[in-house]
Amino acid sequence: MSEAAMTNTGGVLPGGLGGVTSDFSADKQSFHVPWGKAMMWIFLLSDTFIFSCFLISYMTVRMSTADPWPLPSEVFALSFGGDPIPLILIAIMTFVLITSSGTMALAVNMGYRKDRNKTFWLMVATAALGATFVGMQAFEWTKLIVDEGVRPWGNPMGAAQFGSSFFMITGFHGMHVSAGVIYLLWVAFRVKNGFYEKRGGNYEIVEIAGLYWHFVDLVWVFIFAFFYLW
Amino acid sequence: MAYVAIADRDHEQHLHDPQTFIEKYIWSQDHKVIAIQYGVTAIFVGVIAMILSVMMRLQLGFPDSFSLINPENYYQFVTMHGMIMVIYLLTALFLGGFGNYLIPLMCGSRDMVFPFMNMLSYWVYLLSVIILLVSLFVPGGATGAGWTLYPPQAISDGTPGESLGIVLMLASLGVFIIAFTMGGLNYVTTVLQARCRGMTLMRMPLSVWGIFVATILGLLAFPALLVSAIMMLLDKLAHTSFFMPAMISAGEQLEHTGGSPILFQHLFWFFGHPEVYIVALPAFGIVSDVLATHARKNIFGYRMMVWAILAIGGLSFIVWAHHMYVSGMNPYFGFFFATTTLIIAVPTALKVYNWVLTLWQGNIHLRVPMLFAIGFIFTFIHGGLTGIFLGNVVIDLPLSDTYFVVAHFHMVMGVSPVLVVFAAIYHWYPKMTGRMFNETLGKWHFWMTLLGTYSIYLPMHYLGFQGVPRRYFAMGNTDFLPESAQALNASITISAIFVALTQLIFFYNMITSLRNGKKADSNPWGATTLEWQTPDTPPKHGNWGHDLPEVHRWAYDYSVPGQEQDFVPQNVPASEVPVGRDHGVHH
Ligand code: HEM
Ligand SMILES: [Cu+2]
Repeated sequence: MSEAAMTNTGGVLPGGLGGVTSDFSADKQSFHVPWGKAMMWIFLLSDTFIFSCFLISYMTVRMSTADPWPLPSEVFALSFGGDPIPLILIAIMTFVLITSSGTMALAVNMGYRKDRNKTFWLMVATAALGATFVGMQAFEWTKLIVDEGVRPWGNPMGAAQFGSSFFMITGFHGMHVSAGVIYLLWVAFRVKNGFYEKRGGNYEIVEIAGLYWHFVDLVWVFIFAFFYLW
Repeated sequence: MAYVAIADRDHEQHLHDPQTFIEKYIWSQDHKVIAIQYGVTAIFVGVIAMILSVMMRLQLGFPDSFSLINPENYYQFVTMHGMIMVIYLLTALFLGGFGNYLIPLMCGSRDMVFPFMNMLSYWVYLLSVIILLVSLFVPGGATGAGWTLYPPQAISDGTPGESLGIVLMLASLGVFIIAFTMGGLNYVTTVLQARCRGMTLMRMPLSVWGIFVATILGLLAFPALLVSAIMMLLDKLAHTSFFMPAMISAGEQLEHTGGSPILFQHLFWFFGHPEVYIVALPAFGIVSDVLATHARKNIFGYRMMVWAILAIGGLSFIVWAHHMYVSGMNPYFGFFFATTTLIIAVPTALKVYNWVLTLWQGNIHLRVPMLFAIGFIFTFIHGGLTGIFLGNVVIDLPLSDTYFVVAHFHMVMGVSPVLVVFAAIYHWYPKMTGRMFNETLGKWHFWMTLLGTYSIYLPMHYLGFQGVPRRYFAMGNTDFLPESAQALNASITISAIFVALTQLIFFYNMITSLRNGKKADSNPWGATTLEWQTPDTPPKHGNWGHDLPEVHRWAYDYSVPGQEQDFVPQNVPASEVPVGRDHGVHH
């Protein structure tokens, strides 16, 4: 919890279970966070259910299909002249996304320090890393579609559900990343042009955008584990 | 830069005051206007669904005399009727309608936390309704897959509307879910974060509790429907095989292979069962408040009622496969889901006892809202009891897909919530419009509706025992049925027409009372909750005039001894009226 949110409670908050009870029996607000942040948490909870349903459905069709499942480590291998290196592109993509979580965390910190310039640039860096991720995903899709002949309805390597699940899940996640990039840039420019300064200098919004961004990264870790590594 | 809670903000700071007619009534961000927009739209589609049901009943009751519809139309009407009633009428009306109207007023807030998003929610909902209605007129017509939309048949040759109808249906559901999410996030956050001073969670009226928990259920259950809609759209449009196994249709091997139709059923019911409680929990909450107010008694066991709502909400996520006993899933699942289903009956029964005990020795005023609330207790007990039968695997096997099931779910999630909708509309009509309705017409409306629906659905249980199948256009070669079954069917149809026509009394009453009704006091029923304590009736934009209310007690101080009035509103300070049974903890 941020210091800013704590200041209006007028005292030290009780910790542990006592804290939980007093939060819930409080009037006005049950959590000492701004509305936007509370709403983002609830939205992310709902979104978690969406991705869980996608992943569970993918596992179910992977079991229901009668055809063999293509080996992800072979399908997603790249060779730079020599032997193909399994999952190399995915590893780089994952690295890029995790790094972007780091720059995002720094941006949140700078936001609370009211360093508008640094906040702006760190958010732009985060968005740039996100855009790189989406770009590499586009490359991966193209390679799969053009070179390997993978289609939503079938592929030469085995179960049709491989392609369908792949395009559906990575596509849905990619849309989340793209939306996040736009959201981050939008907030970043408002930070820069002083929009929040006029509203009492509250930079909670950076943290709220950060919550979304970390969530999208976390989801990727699960996709990576369940789709690529399994 | 500290965060300022709503109660501490100036009025001017966060509400812009709309000036023009369009800003006030069309693109309005006022939760009360949005509530009425939601309500009117939902009731409008509900009337369409009712007309469809009458068409079906005409066919079933008098199969040889009417040729209005053919078997294909019948399937389309069943599907559209069921889907509209459950989602576009009841979900939208309880959450978008009453949720919007009641949450800020009952919690003592000026509005929802994000009014602009709240407004968008309505317009996106309207878009989903338009897509739904368009699907009735596209080539091939609306989908006839049943409201459960089971694949493979929903997207295969031979099902009406398998080309465009189903695509529009799924698209409309997707849009609806977006609309619901925008509204739902608002309702939950407003309840959690924007109550007025003194309004602790354990002082909230049960209406708010019911709507709040139902909204959370919606936010966690609709994702399953969204995902299954996306996958079915892909199966239909991109020829994937998520739900489609290898199949031979008309002698031809289809291109699909290896999908899992049962997966759809699991996803659908993971949404579908909580959906039952999405329409039931708000009804539970509202009925509690209506009963307490008109019986001049505190609600019996307030804390128990809150915990029961939470328990039911949680349990509702682990009972879904009781809809799938005949689907061919692993039989051990049946045992598990039958057990959880019977467990959820416990908190539900507890609520029913508490309603009855609230009435016990109460000073009951049989006004129109109260009549509907008491009617609800009857129909809900009735539908609940048949539910216990259907929850058991061995009893469900012979009864599933018969009229017994149709009777059961109409009692429990058709008639019961609709009775509460009527109770709620009559109860809050004076506040929403500033006018009283016509009491006599209201009573006629109640008795004709209640007796009419009983004469529709009681005989259906019997038809179910006889083995009359559900979703059948005509009886066909069902020699095992006695002649009298058809006679019963005819009588059900006559009752259905009677009930449908009865609703004209309701509409007449509501519309004419807008102009001719007696002017309403600000608190005609002598209720304790905050929405009756507003400075204006109907409340103005911002609800509370200059000062926000402050709450000092729970919502059920009725028949308090030693008072000149027999109730103490929630905003009366303890120094003025120290007695009362406050269960709220105030820090
Ligand atoms: C005027 C009152 C109503 C009448 C006369 C009526 C009549 C019917 C009829 C004749 C069917 C088709 C049964 C079959 O062939 O299997 C049906 C199905 C259904 N009704 Fe109603 N109904 C009414 C109100 C409601 C309400 C308020 C709801 C709200 C939950 C509702 C929900 C459903 C559902 C979910 C189905 C199943 C659709 C399907 O099988 O796909 N009905 N109704
Ligand atoms: Cu159920």
